[in-house]
Amino acid sequence: MNLDAHISEGPLAEQWSKHKFNTKLVNPANKRKYDIIVVGTGLAGASAAATLAELGYNVKAFCFQDSPRRAHSIAAQGGINAAKNYRNDGDSVFRLFYDTIKGGDYRSREANVHRLAEVSVNIIDQCVAQGVPFAREYGGYLDNRSFGGAQVSRTFYARGQTGQQLLLGAYSQMSRQVTLGKVEMFPRTEMLDLVVVDGKARGIVTRNLVTGKIEAHSGHAVLLCTGGYGNVFYLSTNAMGSNATASWRAYKKGALFANPCFTQIHPTCIPVSGDHQSKLTLMSESLRNDGRVWVPKKVGDKRHPNDIPEDERDYYLERKYPSFGNLVPRDVASRNAKMVCDEGRGVGDSGLAVYLDFRDAILRDGEDVIRAKYGNLFQMYEKITDENPYQVPMRIYPAVHYTMGGLWVDYNLMTTVPGLFALGECNFSDHGANRLGASALMQGLADGYFVIPATIGGYLADLPYDKVPLDHPEFKKTIDDVQNRLGKLLSLKGDKTVDEFHRELGNIMWEYCGMARTKEGLEKALGKIREVREDFWKNAKLIGTNGEFNITLEKAHRVADFMELGELMIMDALNRNESCGGHFREEFQTPEGEALRDDENYSYVSAWEYKGDQAAPELHKENLKFDNVKLTQRSYK
Amino acid sequence: MNLTLKVWRQKNSSSEGKMVEYKAEDVSPDMSFLEMLDVLNEKLLKKGEDPIAFDHDCREGICGMCSLFINGRPHGPGEAVTTCQLHMRSFKDGDTVFIEPFRAKGFPIIKDLVIDRGAFDRIIQAGGYVSANTGSAPDANEIPIPKDIAENAFDSAACIGCGACVAACKNASAMLFVSAKVTQLALLPQGQVERKNRVENMVAQMDEEGFGSCTNTGACSAVCPKEIPLDNIATLNREYLKAKATSDNV
Repeated sequence: MNLDAHISEGPLAEQWSKHKFNTKLVNPANKRKYDIIVVGTGLAGASAAATLAELGYNVKAFCFQDSPRRAHSIAAQGGINAAKNYRNDGDSVFRLFYDTIKGGDYRSREANVHRLAEVSVNIIDQCVAQGVPFAREYGGYLDNRSFGGAQVSRTFYARGQTGQQLLLGAYSQMSRQVTLGKVEMFPRTEMLDLVVVDGKARGIVTRNLVTGKIEAHSGHAVLLCTGGYGNVFYLSTNAMGSNATASWRAYKKGALFANPCFTQIHPTCIPVSGDHQSKLTLMSESLRNDGRVWVPKKVGDKRHPNDIPEDERDYYLERKYPSFGNLVPRDVASRNAKMVCDEGRGVGDSGLAVYLDFRDAILRDGEDVIRAKYGNLFQMYEKITDENPYQVPMRIYPAVHYTMGGLWVDYNLMTTVPGLFALGECNFSDHGANRLGASALMQGLADGYFVIPATIGGYLADLPYDKVPLDHPEFKKTIDDVQNRLGKLLSLKGDKTVDEFHRELGNIMWEYCGMARTKEGLEKALGKIREVREDFWKNAKLIGTNGEFNITLEKAHRVADFMELGELMIMDALNRNESCGGHFREEFQTPEGEALRDDENYSYVSAWEYKGDQAAPELHKENLKFDNVKLTQRSYK
Repeated sequence: MNLTLKVWRQKNSSSEGKMVEYKAEDVSPDMSFLEMLDVLNEKLLKKGEDPIAFDHDCREGICGMCSLFINGRPHGPGEAVTTCQLHMRSFKDGDTVFIEPFRAKGFPIIKDLVIDRGAFDRIIQAGGYVSANTGSAPDANEIPIPKDIAENAFDSAACIGCGACVAACKNASAMLFVSAKVTQLALLPQGQVERKNRVENMVAQMDEEGFGSCTNTGACSAVCPKEIPLDNIATLNREYLKAKATSDNV
């Protein structure tokens, strides 16, 4: 398979303009003849649905939550990057491009990342016009803060609820289109399969989560905006319902899955408190603007943090990375937290935590200033841990947060199945092996507001207006497949709950495919995961029928897909004999313990093709070319 | 600790529901309320009983999906928290805890503790937006907004649409929810153009959905997990009156 990204020739800064010019257009009167299916209503999905409807396409939008406004983009806290250079601190489109490529450890496409940086400035304009209440200075102009992996302040924010405000902005625009009759909304409806007719994506099969009704929807194109697969790890900062089923089903229908092993472990999360733990809570990266990360110098020092004198504290990030300090990228911060805990210097009851301390910032700026900046985050921390972070340092530990890998897409955001597009976290395209903070919101909205509206016409322009009728054999077959799968799940009457299997899967993934990976461990994990899967299909316990609101069935279907995806993640991690970004293979590190890339052999996107349940997937490679940046060992010293 | 739970069970929207008693044993104070229910559900499932259905998603107090009327209060005993942020340390050994769905005509019950809040979406669809097509926006800094106005707009924009306000109100009024969006957009320069139509249309939809009237008891604001101020309702009344007095829709 030839993986052509379809990038226009020419200088980097002109590629997007040129590409838009070279893309076929659909004239306004003809747009209403096309139906677009949008799955997922987070930043990518809601912005795409709204914008495509504004253009005149008919949109059907689906989400599994009770309202499109609940999508997990809502939980993003810290901010959104844009190369506005409002701070006059030397920022530019090229610098945002460069920081993102470098932050991703040189495993993303230059053209995609440059386009992202280019449209970032329009995103802020658009959101302000919608009434998104970004933070402002006294003069009434927009405020910024700093995020990891950058030395400029380019992050726009709305207190600690930036994701919420951006999503409500996109949701409001989509809601407007519902009233105008251009978007039809299907809440509490989950996509369970993709319908491919003559090699093209022509519809989806869904389950109504309230009635259990299985339905087919026909369209001219299908957009997956379904987020990441962090919940493979069971514990993550994702929402409880976040799942990989839509993208996994697309993979099984011919879409290639790219870089599945590139997962992001976020350094600042509230540590696990017990076996009952159902999810992990993130503490925004913005806290690292003012908080200082440390552990005791002595191994096993169990004194209260406030009793440990200054010269017995190790501010290890400031010590090792003087120029970026506490604002090193996420992968570097997480790995260092793991290292100090492995040395026995971790804090808290479990020893699996480090301190994030605001004492010095409070002394410097006063408690009021810190409260104004981070009040809601401090409050959230106190509610969960029952400790007051104004008086005692926060305890934090890394947790699974984001997945850079996802469906392979070309520059048009189209997967290897024509007519099937993937947007936002669901695709693999812009963050390489590590995503920088405040870039997820940027990418989701870039894809939805600005990229897909420009590229989808190029595909549709050649497509006949007729939709595939719902009585087409392929629709019938896909419905049967879904029903059989659900029937098979419901027939499982073993003695273990789906959550027990999910936890087992998560433990394997975290232990062997988490922050540090080895060949030996990954091989072991492969065997273990297959055992769990086999056990699941024998001993899982389901209850009830398909024709009702059945939370056990919903969960079982998602976990069954997670188990298969977990295996692919491990295979990808095994294949990549290098360390880069969030993928750290212990065998490949510099003498200082940093990730050691192998550009000669692994400067490619690994894209996996499904070959059937009994066969191994086939690896395809998209070689990455770097004409505008020089590949170097990432240094944040 | 050990607790007695009295939980509303209802098979579906057309069947009758009732309170059912369960025992929650060995509950850790560090558990969240929903994790306590997770553990109970695991036990029910092992015994072959249907687990208790409840809405939840982000479990960090921002998506607005969780609900529950706990001991007579939406989102339980905490101040400014959603149910998912409520921890068991708020209860003590031997307590009896009553768990019911949010109850309102505008929020029909789907199953057990799960309700349909589609009415809120329809109210937003009626006018809770600024009509700003993608691509038409001026540079972000061409719309300077005084910091205090931006902050006040944010206080209203923080609404998560959970519906606690409706559940707390003796009239099941949705005024706090509607007023939050109306206030946010009335404060901002971007919201001025559609200011009158917005409030008229949103209020009309609110009435159509069967929500009750406001009698200013303030219960809504008292239980709001995002502490949306009650004076938003005064703003809504003022906006509505001004709009109606000069309405173009006669």
